[in-house]
Amino acid sequence: MIDMIKVGMADMNTTCSPGVLTTLGLGSCVGICLHDTSTKISGLVHIMLPSSEQIKNNSNEAKFADTGIVKLVEDMIKIGAKRNKIISKIAGGAQMFNFNDSSEIMRIGNRNVVATKEILKKLNIPIVSEDTGGNHGRTIELYSETGILLVRTIGYGTKQI
Amino acid sequence: MSISIEELNSLQIDVLKEIGNIGAGNAATALSKMISKRIDMDVPKVNILEFKNVAELVGGPETEVVGIYFKVSGDITGSIMVLMDKKSAKKLTNLLMGRNDAEDELDDMDLSALQEVGNILSGSYLSSLSTLTNLNLSMSIPSLAIDMAGAILSVPVILFGQVGDRVMLIETDFNEGTYHVKSNFFLIPDEESFEILLKSLGVLE
Repeated sequence: MIDMIKVGMADMNTTCSPGVLTTLGLGSCVGICLHDTSTKISGLVHIMLPSSEQIKNNSNEAKFADTGIVKLVEDMIKIGAKRNKIISKIAGGAQMFNFNDSSEIMRIGNRNVVATKEILKKLNIPIVSEDTGGNHGRTIELYSETGILLVRTIGYGTKQI
Repeated sequence: MSISIEELNSLQIDVLKEIGNIGAGNAATALSKMISKRIDMDVPKVNILEFKNVAELVGGPETEVVGIYFKVSGDITGSIMVLMDKKSAKKLTNLLMGRNDAEDELDDMDLSALQEVGNILSGSYLSSLSTLTNLNLSMSIPSLAIDMAGAILSVPVILFGQVGDRVMLIETDFNEGTYHVKSNFFLIPDEESFEILLKSLGVLE
């Protein structure tokens, strides 16, 4: 039994093979999983908001898509990951509550996904698979040995992406 | 300038706590009128928690919970969320409908009853707030979701997250006979509204 390394809200962590990174109950937040296909070094960041700009209290880098992903890549390289071998898988960004007038804040899940994709594109990190949107929560597990991402839900089954 | 939960002083917290108290008291009265039974409540606890500890309140991020969400508009804007674990939710609907359904699943009747309870709780809280502040406040119709606690909580946490790293919530326990129902209540004023709220309550210069 391999130990699961838990990543909380606005938190990040890295591991070497065969470590498993997990984050429980992703809602409108987005879990960004990075995996170096050569060294198998992997990282997971659980971001809450799209951008650290215009936010007064932005000292926690893992809270935002822009700063979180950049920091995670740095942390992975520090423990030996190869920058040009990193791929990504993303999950989350649901809209948990429905209202007829979808105000800015209700669409935060979608905005998190859009921001995440923009940052990954800017960093030239390919997104190989994703399970985003919808209106349900997700628990994810990233297996560093294989790069497989397991997505568990309540009522929507479990899948590997 | 915006104020985050971290910066509140003890007087401001006490005032918010007292509103919670009055609101929960009114809610208990309304509920007990509805079912013609006496409902007691414990003194509400106001918790200020770091994000990572919030889900533990309801048994961890993967526990199935019911969240009922409202938007607040008027002189201040923001959101209200009522949260309870699925077991408590079922107990509450059993209590309201005077039955003893051992089944854990919630049917359409249960969901409708829960939305109504959400309405009563939020309405009671908002009306005590409105009376105390003279602010004009109204709320939207409820939106209900049942899912993992982490996912449901991501909504208030993100709203609070725009200004700080903590959330404030009011924990209220309702009791009737052998029924014991634990509910959590989040009031999340939008960024500029927190200041207006505290000023109206006379606890901010």
